[in-house]
Amino acid sequence: MNRYPVWKYAIIVIVLLVGLVYALPNFFGEAPAVQVSAAKATVKVDAGTQARVQEALKAGGLTPDMLTLDATSVRARFVTTDDQLKARDVLQRAFVPDASDPPYVVALNLVSRSPTWLTALHAFPMYLGLDLRGGVDFLLQVDMKGAIDKRAEAFAGDLRTSLRDKNIRGSAVSRNGQTIEVRFRDAASLQAAKQLVQDQFADLSAVDSQEGSDWKLTASIKPEAARRLQDAALKQNITTLHNRINELGVAEPVIQQQGLDRIVVQLPGVQDTAKAKDILGRTATLEMRLVDESTEGRAAELGTGPVPFGSEKFLDRQGRPVIVKKQVLVTGENLTDAQPGFDSQTQQPKVDLTMDAKGGRIMRDVSRDNFRKRMAMLIFEKGKGEVLTAPSINGELGNRFQISGSMSVVEANDLALLLRAGSLAAPMEIIQERTIGPSLGADNISKGFKSVMYGFIAIMVFMCAYYALFGVFSSIALAVNLLLLVAILSMLQATLTLPGIAAMALAIGVAIDSNVLINERVREELRNGASPQAAIHAGYDRAWGTILDSNVTTLIAGVALLAFGSGPVRGFAVVHCIGIVTSMFSAVFFSRGLVNLWYGGKKKLKTVSIGTVWRPKTDGTAVVEAK
Amino acid sequence: MEFFRIHKTIPFMRHAKVLNIISFVTFALAVFFLAHRGLHLSVEFTGGTVMEVAYQQSVDVGKVRETVGKLGYPDVQVQNYGTSRDVQIRLPVQKGQTSAQQSAQVMDALKAVDPTAVLRGNEFVGPQVGEELTTNGLKALAMVVIGIMIYLAFRFEWKFALSTVLANLHDVVIILGFFAFFQWEFSLAVLAAVLAVLGYSVNESVVIFDRIRENFRRYRKMSTVETIDNAITSTISRTIITHGSTQLVVLSMFFFGGPTLHYFALALTIGICFGIYSSCFVAAAIAMWLGVKREDLIKAPPKRDGDPDDPNAGATV
Repeated sequence: MNRYPVWKYAIIVIVLLVGLVYALPNFFGEAPAVQVSAAKATVKVDAGTQARVQEALKAGGLTPDMLTLDATSVRARFVTTDDQLKARDVLQRAFVPDASDPPYVVALNLVSRSPTWLTALHAFPMYLGLDLRGGVDFLLQVDMKGAIDKRAEAFAGDLRTSLRDKNIRGSAVSRNGQTIEVRFRDAASLQAAKQLVQDQFADLSAVDSQEGSDWKLTASIKPEAARRLQDAALKQNITTLHNRINELGVAEPVIQQQGLDRIVVQLPGVQDTAKAKDILGRTATLEMRLVDESTEGRAAELGTGPVPFGSEKFLDRQGRPVIVKKQVLVTGENLTDAQPGFDSQTQQPKVDLTMDAKGGRIMRDVSRDNFRKRMAMLIFEKGKGEVLTAPSINGELGNRFQISGSMSVVEANDLALLLRAGSLAAPMEIIQERTIGPSLGADNISKGFKSVMYGFIAIMVFMCAYYALFGVFSSIALAVNLLLLVAILSMLQATLTLPGIAAMALAIGVAIDSNVLINERVREELRNGASPQAAIHAGYDRAWGTILDSNVTTLIAGVALLAFGSGPVRGFAVVHCIGIVTSMFSAVFFSRGLVNLWYGGKKKLKTVSIGTVWRPKTDGTAVVEAK
Repeated sequence: MEFFRIHKTIPFMRHAKVLNIISFVTFALAVFFLAHRGLHLSVEFTGGTVMEVAYQQSVDVGKVRETVGKLGYPDVQVQNYGTSRDVQIRLPVQKGQTSAQQSAQVMDALKAVDPTAVLRGNEFVGPQVGEELTTNGLKALAMVVIGIMIYLAFRFEWKFALSTVLANLHDVVIILGFFAFFQWEFSLAVLAAVLAVLGYSVNESVVIFDRIRENFRRYRKMSTVETIDNAITSTISRTIITHGSTQLVVLSMFFFGGPTLHYFALALTIGICFGIYSSCFVAAAIAMWLGVKREDLIKAPPKRDGDPDDPNAGATV
């Protein structure tokens, strides 16, 4: 009755093997490495880059231990940190000729020392959280109300212009929070305006009302449009942050959305919070100015004359000089959107720009006076300006216009991104910040590891002493539980934090509960006079229901923590939940397998090694049966 | 080895009243301290800046406090963190000053006194985050309670579900009471520990109720009180061994886990001790007073009355 069919043993063996393989990378430790990744959207990292890295290192007299290429980066592994630092300098020289405009990010990193065949199986070590590896952690709150207010203001301006264009007279447009109010003196205008909103403003919904002799139209941004707007604002902020953080040369930055309006930025290894914050909070500004096309200006552009008074010289992205007037026509604040697309007539790539009402009005005036002249779009970052593009004006512009001609699709995408990324879509504020020094991180790892190890040893000693052979089985099952837990965490690449390690220690305590339940039950059956085989069978059988119930209740608590927890609580909950699930396998299914293997074949089993089975006698004298 | 050589069923329920009075008094004390002293909430809940500074030699906390106090922080908290060479400094949120400015200012002042001071870690939490954490914590607590009650009501019976949840909430309040009394720092990790304890000690009650159900089935002639006593007696060795084992790990965390896990382990220890007590004595007693019966747990076999539409139903000759 205590035998497992072959397939059950097969499952055990397979699970153990898989667990072992995926837990293995954690034992190899980490080696110093240098990572080369793209700093710009237009730069690709591919096999060519890998070859260049190899050549550069060879020229520098360095041989990497291993050179790998993944989707976004090339990594060269070294044996010593000295080599790593040398390699960084070599690669920095080769890949970043101009530090003010880096095409690549060359960063120090740590990579797993595990052999290639493990990496090929996608077996990686556990992903350590910042509290274990050291670094900076920011939580940014995006001001969504600000973003929507800004958008409502833009709509109000647009509406004002459209009403004027349609000759709807006597109207007064004003923004009230996130709604736009338009007042009319007669009902006919109101109806016309309402029709206009319906036809031209798909994102607005309008309601009319009458106040005394006045008719009022209240337009508000539709909920789905507001949601789309918030989504877009958050995405744009994330993109902008990505671009900026690339400058910091962080090996594995994490920039993620959290909830509806928050962004988490984690920079492992970075210690200089001030610089990181400066970069996060920096705003690039976009300016549109006219190109100086006077004779002096042209001469200066060709380099044959000085830059005329009232103009400035900037370089475009190809490094050609452009002489631009100092007067700023419009800034990025008036630009509401920039999207790449195709011209419907010429099928050429283009970028569509949308300005707000004020920007549109200025554009119209400027374009009327400067037909066929060039207008430059400049981006200023860190006080340094760069000309993104300087097209000529080919017609009267409004609040929507396009830049087209002599652009590839990639260039159009890039330009749209740069125009948009110039400024953050919505203001952000740092609401939480944590810096963990590298020594503190290493400390946390060793402390966490020690508490798991000593706890484990203590339990193992106790179990073996108290339950004899069954205690040994339980201890092996416990070790398997730990192995599987580590393997699953490595497989999922879930972030392991210090509370996560605490949960691992606690998981040992919870897992041993099942084994104690089983062992006590087997003893009890023996005490009541069952034969050894029957006692094992009944012990496991009866304990199972209890184990299931108690684990499900613990799991409920774990899931609740996962659902509502944040930060450290979540890190705890993930490991806690996985630990409960693996304990059901190891403590019940696996330990039964061990017991069956040991005792199952013995037909005339007289005794079971489960420690002392003590039987109370009905007359009060006790008999101790030692085994 | 056998620690528990119990000859007879121990009449736990005879002392139920006394045990519950003890429980009630502890509970009332915990509530009193919670209300009177309140929890010493960590920076995660209150908002503010925490700095961890390491020195080469052991450092006088009083002096550090004085140095920081001179910068115009009236209620600054300075304490040793782990070793005598490490200090933790807590600064309240200051209007018009970012946390980076705050910590730079403090570090400058500290370095002026002792140049070996090194900033090991820094944490800043805005006030809006704290509020959210509190509501989320309460939500998690509510979800745990409701989830467990539904599961137990479904697997056992509502009287058991209610008594289990009452007994374990009593544990939670007592842990919080301890934290309020000793003014230990209540951080997010402690919150996690408290909620984990809730799940873990429900475990305990489930094991006992499981045995009560089994006893109801097996010993048909036993009274309810006897059944409960028997169930607790026969599971007590398991209860103490399991909790003892878990406590071994928790102690290991307490001694080796460093300051971050210190209070976490402490919360678990209190939770485990009161968990044993409450599931053995409180949960079963409440279930008893709620009038749990054999019929509640063992569904009566379906009556073999046959087809209710049978015209001959109930007819006997």
